[in-house]
Amino acid sequence: MILDGKCPTGPIEKSWDKHRFDMKLVNPSNKRKYKILVVGTGLAGGAAAASLGELGYNVEAFCYQDSPRRAHSIAAQGGINAAKNYPNDGDSIQRLFYDTIKGGDFRAREADVWRLAQVSNNIIDQCVAQGVPFGRDYAGYLDNRSFGGAQVSRTFFSRGQTGQQLLLGAYSALSRQIKAGTVKMFSRTEMLDLVVVDGEAKGITVRDLITGEIRVHTGDAVLLCTGGYVNVFYLSTNAMGCSVTANWAAVKKGALMANPCYTQIHPTCIPQAGDYQSKLTLMSESLRNDGRCWVPKKAEDCGKVPGSIPEADRDYYLERKYPSFGNLAPRDIASRAAKEQCDDGRGVGPGGRGVYLDFADSIQRLGEHTIRERYGNLFEMYERITDENGYKTPMRIYPAPHYAMGGLWVDYNLMSNVPGLFVLGEANFSVHGANRLGASALMQGLADGYFVIPNTVAHYLAQTKPGVVKAEHAECKKSIQDVKDRANKFLNINGKKTVTEFMRELGTCMWENVGMARTEKSLTTAIEKIPGIREEFWKNVKVTGTGAELNQQLENAGRTADFLEFAEMLSRDALHRNESCGGHFRVEYQYDDGEAKRNDADFCYVGAWEYKGVGKEPELHKEPLKFENIHLAVRSYK
Amino acid sequence: MSGHNDHNAQETTPAQVGGHGGHDDHGAHGTMTLTLIVWRQPNADAPGRMETYVAKGITEHHSFLEMLDVVNEDLIKTGKEPIVFDHDCREGICGMCSQVINGVPHGGQERTTVCQLHMRKFKNGDTIYIEPWRAKAFPIVKDLIVDREGLEKIMQAGGYTSVHTGGAPDANATPIPKPIAEYAMDAAECIGCGACVAACPNGSAMLFTSAKVAQFAALPQGQVEAAERVKAMVQALQDCGFGNCSNHYECQAACPKGINVQFIAHLNREYVKALFK
Ligand SMILES: Cc1cc2nc3c(=O)[nH]c(=O)nc-3n(C[C@H](O)[C@H](O)[C@H](O)COP(=O)(O)OP(=O)(O)OC[C@H]3O[C@@H](n4cnc5c(N)ncnc54)[C@H](O)[C@@H]3O)c2cc1C
Ligand code: SF4
Ligand code: FES
Repeated sequence: MILDGKCPTGPIEKSWDKHRFDMKLVNPSNKRKYKILVVGTGLAGGAAAASLGELGYNVEAFCYQDSPRRAHSIAAQGGINAAKNYPNDGDSIQRLFYDTIKGGDFRAREADVWRLAQVSNNIIDQCVAQGVPFGRDYAGYLDNRSFGGAQVSRTFFSRGQTGQQLLLGAYSALSRQIKAGTVKMFSRTEMLDLVVVDGEAKGITVRDLITGEIRVHTGDAVLLCTGGYVNVFYLSTNAMGCSVTANWAAVKKGALMANPCYTQIHPTCIPQAGDYQSKLTLMSESLRNDGRCWVPKKAEDCGKVPGSIPEADRDYYLERKYPSFGNLAPRDIASRAAKEQCDDGRGVGPGGRGVYLDFADSIQRLGEHTIRERYGNLFEMYERITDENGYKTPMRIYPAPHYAMGGLWVDYNLMSNVPGLFVLGEANFSVHGANRLGASALMQGLADGYFVIPNTVAHYLAQTKPGVVKAEHAECKKSIQDVKDRANKFLNINGKKTVTEFMRELGTCMWENVGMARTEKSLTTAIEKIPGIREEFWKNVKVTGTGAELNQQLENAGRTADFLEFAEMLSRDALHRNESCGGHFRVEYQYDDGEAKRNDADFCYVGAWEYKGVGKEPELHKEPLKFENIHLAVRSYK
Repeated sequence: MSGHNDHNAQETTPAQVGGHGGHDDHGAHGTMTLTLIVWRQPNADAPGRMETYVAKGITEHHSFLEMLDVVNEDLIKTGKEPIVFDHDCREGICGMCSQVINGVPHGGQERTTVCQLHMRKFKNGDTIYIEPWRAKAFPIVKDLIVDREGLEKIMQAGGYTSVHTGGAPDANATPIPKPIAEYAMDAAECIGCGACVAACPNGSAMLFTSAKVAQFAALPQGQVEAAERVKAMVQALQDCGFGNCSNHYECQAACPKGINVQFIAHLNREYVKALFK
């Protein structure tokens, strides 16, 4: 099967406008007859539910937190891109398009990326109208900063809390629709299964996390806006509840999972301190503007107080290896270089998994005051977690899993290969390719939710009869039974190990073998090991309590069980892709100088996997990628 | 206090814990043992009570929630129900975590949520009381989890501008002076955790509400609907069973984001203005 992305043809500049015109519309008075289920209320889902409610559709929205305002989008710090060219430094839709395609290592679709760049400008207008307090200059105009991978200042920000403010904007629009009665909100509700009838998505099966009730919600279209899966590595910068569960339910019902091996590792995170640790905290990458990365040259110096190690015994490895970019090398390169130093036995801090990020030089050059002004909140955050003063002693950083570029396969309309199932935001695979540039995930979530889906879902609904499937349908009943059976299975195993122990074991295996640098051997090791962990899980996990109450162990057991299956697919994707690109680095495929070696002749495609059963090898489908507007070129940061 | 039927509690009594070592002898490599006295309540209708647990092997690097994770792992292994608590981001921004520690919402470290509180703030041998948010408008769901739907209702009453997706003018069409943008941002930093309500002797959600009202009232985008907004939000606040503000300022002291009570004054001004409209 060759997958068709259904991208519009003709000049790219006109592609979205033309496509929008060609799509069918739903008559305003008919809209309320259609029910749309929106799973997830982060930037993508919150924006989608609010926009669709506004248009007059009958919307039901779901999230596992107690409020849509707490979705993980809230945590984004840095900013959101748009091609406004307010600073007059030469930005344009064309340039944002170009940077995104190149930054993604030519593994994203041109048409989708063009559309993202085009609607990016509407996003800022929309958010400002909602009252999002973006940074302003003294004249009162919007302020911009620059961010990794771009030479223009196109990033809009709200202090260090951009994700929070954008989400609160979407959440307020959503609150307005809830009040208006167009959106019905179901918080503390987790989607556990997808209902597919005659090949089309017609409902979801959920668990009410407070009462434990399992029930089906039927609808005419289902939108998955459920975020990313990098918690498959156990420790990551994501929130504790982030999971692959909703996506995996869809995969088991026939949806294809695209490019799962593209996971982004962020270089400037606070290193792990101990086994009890539950998450890794990201510090803005901007720190690398003024901080210098180094490790001791001699392994025996690693335990010493950093200040006592003379200059001559320090290895400023990024400056040494990448003289022109130095400490500002892109995320994947900086991350890998840090791991190499640590693997070489020269890491610092607990477990030797850390490198120094040293501000001594810049403090001497600029004064502590300037550094405090620039990064004060980050130093404070660092001190709170580590109890160390970054002004006096170098900070320690280490890379951490951060973002999923892979996700469910969707066509240009954001529809998966299961008709009626749409996927938005981090949950889909569409625009980032193999590597995501900073400040573009927020942009994607809001573009999908505010500006793309209201058009494309209409095109599907206009060709669909409303309300065909009711909760009494056999498929709904079967789905409820399956979900109940699975919960009972967890509760009755009564083994000896906790869910967290299994998740930690899986995460360690994934991080060691499928993390930043992969080899055929490490990937094969993971693929051999995962089924063993999975089998033990189903024999030896211990989940206390019952299903008919709030039961966090049961919730976690389900998420872990899904990760245990998904992890294998992710590893297989990484194994089959015999090339290095973006966040996927295969040690066998690199240039002499350590740069990633892409193989366009053989791998210029989207790898989309079809599930064939637990433990069975999934089937690979390919969507070839064509680059007609931007020429394939080697990414070099020397 | 009825923790004596608990397995963990029997292993070590609080007195023994104290005997394990002085308060100062846990260095970077030492571990702590703590006595936890925790509110347990199976569901909204069941009675609740304080139970005693012992947390062992805790280092100064554990966050408060990680300390509870360790205790919970032990409980699960012995077939007991773990302590449930709300949390998600664990980096102080989602507003999900909500615990009253030794009588103070979020544990009393200035501008810090529970998830960002670290065990280095405690000493070996300490006894720690852990309770849920307490307020009439926040019914207990289970153990340390409460229902904060009231805050949603306040937002739904008017915490928005009535803009439709897609019709917005260019973002720079209306300049907003930097000081006003900064003021709006100060207000907008509220994470909706509800600690202000838990800290208030009247269980008032005034700080939360005022932050949103002030943010929008400061901005041209929000001014159009300012009068209706403040009236509707204050009405919702009363309907949900939140108390009145009588200027105790406990809210500001407990707020992890340092939301200032000046916004309550701003809300009051807006409210009075609205009444005369
Ligand atoms: C620390 C951090 C900093 C970041 N900084 C930036 C930045 O500066 N700029 C940038 O562009 N990007 C940044 N990102 C990335 C960006 O924040 C995310 O990719 C983006 O917010 C994801 O939005 P989303 O709407 O797709 O998903 P989310 O915001 O994760 O929302 C997922 C939603 O799905 C719900 N959900 C999930 N599973 C289920 C289920 N089974 N049932 C019911 N509901 C479910 C959740 O409740 C939630 O509502 C950052 C990410 C992190 C982790
Ligand atoms: S005002 Fe402060 S304490 Fe109250 S909800 Fe907002 S952040 Fe929490
Ligand atoms: S868990 Fe998110 S603020 Fe504490």
